[in-house]
Amino acid sequence: MTNQLTTIKKLLPFLKPCRGLFVLALMAATVSSLLTLYIPRLTGEAVDCIIGPGNVNFHGALMIIVKIAVCACLAGFFQWIMSILNNKMTFEIVRDMRNAAFKNIERLPLKYLDSNPSGDLMSRVIADADQFADGLLMGFTQFFTGVVTILGTLFFMLMIDWRIGLLVVVLTPLSFFVAKFIATHTYEYAKLQAGIRGEETGFVNEMIAGQKVVKAFGREEAVLRDFDEINERMEKASLKATFYSSLTNPSTRFVNNTVYALVAIAGAFAAIGKLMTVGELTSFLSYASQYTRPFNEISGVITELQGAIACAERLVDLIEEEPEIPDPVDAEELNMPEGRVRMDSVCFSYTPDRELIRDFSLSVDPGMRIAIVGPTGCGKTTLINLLMRFYDVNSGSISVDGKDIRKVTRRSLRDSYGMVLQDTWLRSGSIRDNLTIGNPEATDEEIIEAAKTCHSHSFIRRLPKGYDTYIGEDGGGLSAGQKQLLCITRVMLSSPDMLILDEATSSIDTRTEIRIQKAFHSMMAGRTSFIVAHRLSTIRESDLILCMRDGNIVESGTHKELLAEKGFYYQLYMSQFSGKAI
Amino acid sequence: MKELIKYLKNYKKECVLAPLFKLLEALFELIVPLAVAALIDRGIGGNDTAFVLRMGGFMVLLGAAGLAFSITAQYFAAAAATGFSSKVRRALFKAVQTFDFSTLDKTGTGTLITRMTSDVAQVQNGLNMFLRLFLRSPFIVFGAMIMAFTVDLQGALVFVVLIPVLFIVVAGIMRVTRPAYRLVQSKLDGITGRTRENLTGVRVIRAFHGEKREEESFLRENDELVDLQEKTGSISALMNPLTLVIVNLFTAGLIYVGAVRVDHGFITRGSVVALVNYMSQILIELVKLANLVVLLTKAMASADRVGEILNKERPEPGEKQGFPPENGDVPYISFDNVSLRYEEGSDLALENISFSVNKGDTVGVIGGTGSGKTSLVSLIPGYYKATEGSIRINGVEIGDIDEKALREKTGMVFQKTDLFSGSIRDNLLWGDPDASDSDLMEAVNAAQASEFVNEKPGELDFFIEQSGKNLSGGQKQRLTIARALVRHPEILIMDDSASALDFATDARLRSCIREMARSMTIFIVSQRAASVMHSDLIIVLDDGRIAGMGKHEDLLRENEVYKEIYYSQFPD
Repeated sequence: MTNQLTTIKKLLPFLKPCRGLFVLALMAATVSSLLTLYIPRLTGEAVDCIIGPGNVNFHGALMIIVKIAVCACLAGFFQWIMSILNNKMTFEIVRDMRNAAFKNIERLPLKYLDSNPSGDLMSRVIADADQFADGLLMGFTQFFTGVVTILGTLFFMLMIDWRIGLLVVVLTPLSFFVAKFIATHTYEYAKLQAGIRGEETGFVNEMIAGQKVVKAFGREEAVLRDFDEINERMEKASLKATFYSSLTNPSTRFVNNTVYALVAIAGAFAAIGKLMTVGELTSFLSYASQYTRPFNEISGVITELQGAIACAERLVDLIEEEPEIPDPVDAEELNMPEGRVRMDSVCFSYTPDRELIRDFSLSVDPGMRIAIVGPTGCGKTTLINLLMRFYDVNSGSISVDGKDIRKVTRRSLRDSYGMVLQDTWLRSGSIRDNLTIGNPEATDEEIIEAAKTCHSHSFIRRLPKGYDTYIGEDGGGLSAGQKQLLCITRVMLSSPDMLILDEATSSIDTRTEIRIQKAFHSMMAGRTSFIVAHRLSTIRESDLILCMRDGNIVESGTHKELLAEKGFYYQLYMSQFSGKAI
Repeated sequence: MKELIKYLKNYKKECVLAPLFKLLEALFELIVPLAVAALIDRGIGGNDTAFVLRMGGFMVLLGAAGLAFSITAQYFAAAAATGFSSKVRRALFKAVQTFDFSTLDKTGTGTLITRMTSDVAQVQNGLNMFLRLFLRSPFIVFGAMIMAFTVDLQGALVFVVLIPVLFIVVAGIMRVTRPAYRLVQSKLDGITGRTRENLTGVRVIRAFHGEKREEESFLRENDELVDLQEKTGSISALMNPLTLVIVNLFTAGLIYVGAVRVDHGFITRGSVVALVNYMSQILIELVKLANLVVLLTKAMASADRVGEILNKERPEPGEKQGFPPENGDVPYISFDNVSLRYEEGSDLALENISFSVNKGDTVGVIGGTGSGKTSLVSLIPGYYKATEGSIRINGVEIGDIDEKALREKTGMVFQKTDLFSGSIRDNLLWGDPDASDSDLMEAVNAAQASEFVNEKPGELDFFIEQSGKNLSGGQKQRLTIARALVRHPEILIMDDSASALDFATDARLRSCIREMARSMTIFIVSQRAASVMHSDLIIVLDDGRIAGMGKHEDLLRENEVYKEIYYSQFPD
């Protein structure tokens, strides 16, 4: 329960903007409920006009009939208005929460995103938010009418006989206790269900994304077995959550029926003692049954809300997750840097138990082309994570143009670099959308110009709709090389001040690669660039080649110097020509 | 909708019992007014306090029985709904497993996921409520009408008109909102997709500081979703007020008809009251029904979307033969005038490809970006069907070979290194679930992965995170190679799968693989001349066509495209 309270507290800021709507909805609910309660009275009056054969007050009856019609229409209208307002509140609250969650995703440190399955995060933004909306909507709708009906009937009951009326008031909390007892137990199951649902979404996400591998290895059945395992747990948890939450309604109804029976007995004794007429007892009982019904609904709403809050909790957790340390207020803008990059005794590790980069120092002059080579896993990609400030160094410092990168805005730092990664990420959208990510204002001429320079123009032109061709998630039907060409064009178009190429051309044929490099060279003239590559042919022209091994630089120098050293680089270089069989 | 009904068949019992118990509960509820009537007539009328207490006790008992019935009903409804939805989720997952590669290319991952999660949840919720309420409401509505007939024929005719009118309103609103709810779900797909992209492409988005723009697009799409939700919601929210208005108008009409009937002396005043009471019972029930209808409409829209996936064309498992035995007279693998077009209307990805390969050969496939290398090797395990021409293994058309048998004999290393969360061992066992640790280590050694695998805490037990986040690109590549080697395939296909490896490792990798299995036929797709130059046959592709074929020395002498590739990498 305390858990829920904290969650509700965290939800308040999202509920606040709806205060106005809330009041309006409450007013609409009041009007419509009161009119609805008034109709039975009118009906009674109409019946009084009909006494017997030849004794019917048609004029009076017709007047009342018209009143009934008007009341019904008005009640219906206000009820509709209330529903519209409720819809608006619910969907807008959830919209704001989704927006907040998404905004935070854009700000979370990579450390968090790298270590949380994206399927689970997605499940929070989509499925949990939906569940919350459903609960909230039901809550609003039933809550308003319920409250007004309770107050209205209570008023009428106390008017008829205050003693029995009080009895009803005193007994009412019973159903709330029952509802609360069930709700506390339901909450745990709802949370369990939401957790397993997240797990299942994660699994489905992973498997469907890798579906081709699943098929290639004939793992369909094995994967299905794993799925079954989660799915069965899901079924069990879901059965429990659904069943326990559905207990509330019958239980409170039972309590209410008992109260009703007690009222009937008390009323009957009162009638026998001539304290009340039979007619009064009849109307009292009819109000009593009207009075208890909203309690059923409200307690039903409470259980629904339990589930909703369990879902909201997961969403709020994501919204409240600590974002990246914000740029300091006095952060400078890195404006068209010359490209003097220094790394001073940098140490870094992803996990405390395994140090990856140790006491790493490097000084790069403007316009230098730095190549980083070394066996896989030696820390090359990590270096890029640090340069781009995706991760912060554990100790030491990195500076650009003499400014510590922690003291400049991330935006201007990242803006200074053009980055092409090994992982070619493309979004679903047109080719044009993808190319202009770094430079949304680019004109068609500029786009085509950049594409021609990067040799992607010819294949783009051949696609069904050229630059407007829609490519699906993850590049759809494009080959790895084509995707890389698009990523390179994308960077070319953003004309950065410095460049980072992490195995950027590994899937592009060497002929094209050489042409692209020429383009890069002319573009990068006088600009600092970092190149990670395996094909040593691509880096021979570099000003400085760093050979990395286990997070350290073991050799550095130009191609010629390093070859002359006959060390690590020499071995790497000669190995390309080693003519082993196959 | 229809395709989902069959998943209910295991829950026939629950589907009958849940509404039945609900009905019993309703019946007990209907007895309560009779008990009250008796209490008033005999208890108060006869000043019989003992009878009052007895009747009060009887009412409590009725309530207790109602509670028991209702709980039973809720249990069966929950069991049917959760069981059903779990079966449907499974069926969906299973359906996706049988999709061929082209279907997978065309259907997005995002929509598959929302359909398996959010849509199935809607269906589950809908079914649960449906089972609880669907017998009860019509029972009370029609019951009230029948009771009305026992009171007065003419008065009851008002009910006869009312019920179809209500039906039209309810059905009409469902008709309008069902497609609207489908639209809502597809907007939700869009949001799911964008969230997914932002999680997978976080580095690129931040590198281009695209956060603001991503937020704006998300906000816009989310606004569109909410707009649509509000519009749809307003229409479906009409249900309750409309029924309220209609029923009350009919009540007014009923009073008028009653007044006339009483005036002529056909019925008494009490009968009018009874008729009006039945009318209000209908109204109360309809309010409950209206909520159910909204839920059902949503559930049906979701069921449609789920059904779409289950209905997608799936390859027919016909009678096929096993992997064909060697046949000395024909080449091991032969391509004869093969062309491939991925989608109707698009360009040919491959055109007139013909070549043949002997068992145990190493075949290098080299060519520019987009020249069709991946397409070519994807045809061998039958991932895609050739649009024209024929591909044979040991003389047998691959379309006639059982897909499973064919894939068991091939080890595929994809360009995209997909690993799955689980230990290294779990991932390698994909190649062959029966492999021992020493088998695994043999493959790991050959794939040049032993060095880093041994360094990882727990070695083979090292836990790989989702999509191999905690491994470098080269490590992932080597594990995917090892995974393919574990199964000791007859045909090994490596689709540019050493691109993240340095040359020395690449060379060692190739020689170790060859040593591991001499009779294995190996296809190496690469950009690197060094990776293919020692192959028995090099196929040079250019723009989907074969630009040259042969051994390294011959190609280097005669083939312009190959020469250009080679000298671009070895300028000396």
